[in-house]
Amino acid sequence: MMNLSPFDKALLNLLQAHLPVCSHPFAKLGEELGTDEATVIAHLKALQAAGFLRRIGTFFNSSQLGYEGTLVALEVDEPAMKTVAEAVNQYPGATHNYEREGKYNLWFTLLTPDPALEKRILHEVRALPGVRGMMNLKARKKYKINVQFQLK
Amino acid sequence: MTQKQKNVAVSSSHGPSSTSSGKRVTMSDLDKAVVRALQGDFPLVPEPYKELAARAGVTEAVFLDRVKELGEQHMIRKMGAVLRHREIGFAANALCAWEVPVDRLDEVATAMAQSPAVSHCYDRNTAPGWPYNLYTMIHGHSREECEAIADKLAKENHVPNRVMLYSKKEWKKTSMKYFSE
Repeated sequence: MMNLSPFDKALLNLLQAHLPVCSHPFAKLGEELGTDEATVIAHLKALQAAGFLRRIGTFFNSSQLGYEGTLVALEVDEPAMKTVAEAVNQYPGATHNYEREGKYNLWFTLLTPDPALEKRILHEVRALPGVRGMMNLKARKKYKINVQFQLK
Repeated sequence: MTQKQKNVAVSSSHGPSSTSSGKRVTMSDLDKAVVRALQGDFPLVPEPYKELAARAGVTEAVFLDRVKELGEQHMIRKMGAVLRHREIGFAANALCAWEVPVDRLDEVATAMAQSPAVSHCYDRNTAPGWPYNLYTMIHGHSREECEAIADKLAKENHVPNRVMLYSKKEWKKTSMKYFSE
């Protein structure tokens, strides 16, 4: 599972924290790691192919872009789980959708650019056959969003 | 970018959009095009921004300038890599919901956010029969480790009431595509 070289760990630790914004970002990373641009790109391609990277890119602050987010918990009858989960997945703003243990057994996050759209989607989801209950757990304050793992 | 170009960009906007908090967000059409170009996979080539700029229909210099500006305006939260938890050894994760006395919420949330095992920490509203108001995403190598981390957070912050919501199945996990509605 964890067969990363010391170089790859250093590269990933650096890249998790920051991707440089300049014409040759991988050359800049290479400088910090004591190597060249081509080596950095080759290693990143290999790490991507091996499935270590979920994504390299830009992560936005949704509220600053005018989007509102919420966490929705559903109480779903077990036999209806698949159809309900797949119906939720159809909404582009439903970005994460997990079946979990407990009375509320399906949890999804929803991002929408206006409250009327959120209301309409939640109304549609609540009306799906097999949905027995719903909680709309709006975020009041975000204290941390930072998915970073220090590789040693 | 010059001031003149900025004015042109802003005046081409369809107007501000708003959030529930009443905050007004102004995004020019240029910035929306930059966001759309940035939200896909980042090209692993020597000059990636040149490729992204072409998607947005602008020069690399203009594109880089807008990216820096979006960062300064906190519209970009992070540029970089996110790893696959499982592949790097973090096989277990739990959404842990806590019942925190309202007068201690800010203090407890701030403290829990410091833990390196916590990736997300949000204060959320409650619901009838659901008293939990603080949510932390906890990552560990095993379920036992997640429990131990939560026990430690409970003890350190004197918050005895919690529910651990372990995932049974991932039905969807994607990144948002903004301005595509």
